[in-house]
Amino acid sequence: MVERAAKGAWVEIHGVVLPAGERAPQVPDDTQRLPLEMRVKGFLVAAAAVGDTAEIVTVAGRRLHGVLAAVNPAYDHGFGAPLAELLTIGQEVRALLREKGGVR
Amino acid sequence: MSDEQSYQAVMARRPEIMRQSIGLNYEQYATGALAFDYERLLGDTGYDIDRVREVQARTAVGNTPLVALENITALLRGLAAPGKGARIYLKDEAQNPSGSFKDRRASLSVHEARKRGYAGVAAATSGNYGAAVASQAAKAGLCCIIVQEAFDGRGVVQPEIAEKTRACEAYGAEVIRLSVGPELFYLYLRVLEETGYFNASLYTPYSILGIETLGAELAAQVKALTGCFPDAVVTTHAGGGNVTGTARGLVKAGAVESEMIAASVDLTGLHMASDHDFNRKSFTTGHTGFSMPFTTWPDRADVPRNAARALRYMDRFVTVTQGEVFYLTQVLAELEGLERGPAGNTSLAAAFAIAQTMEEDQIVVVQESEYTGAGKHPLAQLNLARKMGVEVRRGDPRDNLPGRRIVLPEHPAQVAVSDIDLDRVRRSYLRNAVAALREGARLEPVDLAFLAAETRMTQSYVEEVLDEMRGTQG
Repeated sequence: MVERAAKGAWVEIHGVVLPAGERAPQVPDDTQRLPLEMRVKGFLVAAAAVGDTAEIVTVAGRRLHGVLAAVNPAYDHGFGAPLAELLTIGQEVRALLREKGGVR
Repeated sequence: MSDEQSYQAVMARRPEIMRQSIGLNYEQYATGALAFDYERLLGDTGYDIDRVREVQARTAVGNTPLVALENITALLRGLAAPGKGARIYLKDEAQNPSGSFKDRRASLSVHEARKRGYAGVAAATSGNYGAAVASQAAKAGLCCIIVQEAFDGRGVVQPEIAEKTRACEAYGAEVIRLSVGPELFYLYLRVLEETGYFNASLYTPYSILGIETLGAELAAQVKALTGCFPDAVVTTHAGGGNVTGTARGLVKAGAVESEMIAASVDLTGLHMASDHDFNRKSFTTGHTGFSMPFTTWPDRADVPRNAARALRYMDRFVTVTQGEVFYLTQVLAELEGLERGPAGNTSLAAAFAIAQTMEEDQIVVVQESEYTGAGKHPLAQLNLARKMGVEVRRGDPRDNLPGRRIVLPEHPAQVAVSDIDLDRVRRSYLRNAVAALREGARLEPVDLAFLAAETRMTQSYVEEVLDEMRGTQG
């Protein structure tokens, strides 16, 4: 089911700033083959479904159009799992300090 | 898209958009074909260092603690030859309001924007600077827009930048997130034109003058603690502002003998505009992808004349590997109880190696730290690196290969710096300078003197290199 958002909802819209193939000349090939994409968040001006063209008002007061991409998008960046490569560093350097006369 | 908004049309309007958004006529400072009056450009802002301190104090920016890294000093002394091993101090810039020294850079720009009646401020930055501008704008009651390069063509967001998006939004800023590419600047110009906001560029005189207090503070703090100025100051080096502002501040505090060492993470082989490489860098700043091009030609910045001119101020330029920086980040947390970085710990990794070659009674200052948190952490970066197919392992850091392999040292004695040959950097600068000459323009004596100041060499050195270059071309 397509997610719908009410007027005033906090959403993110997506748009293409420059299509693939129309990128700046200095851009390397791998980037040249891709569009320059943009994502901006704001308050939805009128009810819409994800995938619809929608209008938002940003916190700076700008009115922007784009494809409704996400409703109340989460901050889901984090740390991830602990890594064995980092877990033992502390023990190792503390052991070295003990050999040399201890942590001050 | 209307014709007026096309890439070419907007880029052609760049000089006018810059004039409106910074309110500074850079042309008045030109003194020759290449030369311009750098000191007058900075001086005309009307901010001396006491005035900068006053502005920064209003928003609790600066006056950060200088922390003696006693356990790390003991560790490196255990590795150094007898009598060697300088004492390391860290200027804990993470304690600024938005968590980095970038508050110093943002403070004057936002103060100036407000004074001159701009409705808002904008900045093109994916780093700590965005949060700093947003924080300062919040306090000043100005609107703020930050434009970031945030995700690759598959929609994978660089976690450190995701955290910066969150921070900017927490301070009430609008964040425009873009996929990979230098055309970010084109969109940024459109935003400046549309909004009429102040361009809080990292490279205006305000941004550089804001950092002078950092150099002056650390000089005074070391002097008060030890009776001497620091023997060396190690600065994480990217666009050049950190090196420039800190060195100028040191001199203003009287620390004219302190060696200024610029340190960058070596990202050789990775292309800064490549979508493929974007999420394989593991560092968003402090790396050679910025520091090499900006040292060898500062005027590639988003302003006509970059006020950050690192080659004028550095005594030494070194690189460290990605794995070494992550390693020292973990050591800092576990030996000193300071969870900071990771990118800001580039200078710490370099200082750790350099201190071992210095005398025991000498002092080296790691000139900044930055806040850490979700996304902005070795775990987030190394987990992403693995997901992108980059090998992560312990071993000899000399086997580190950017984009392919991150090697964390097995032993602290493996941490080392690589020196960049400054003569080659200077020659590269001079090549770029000549290439920037307008067709038919000739270098006058004023330009030769300017190039000598830019490269921190004599005029005869400049003439000799230029002659050699002509010989090669002929």
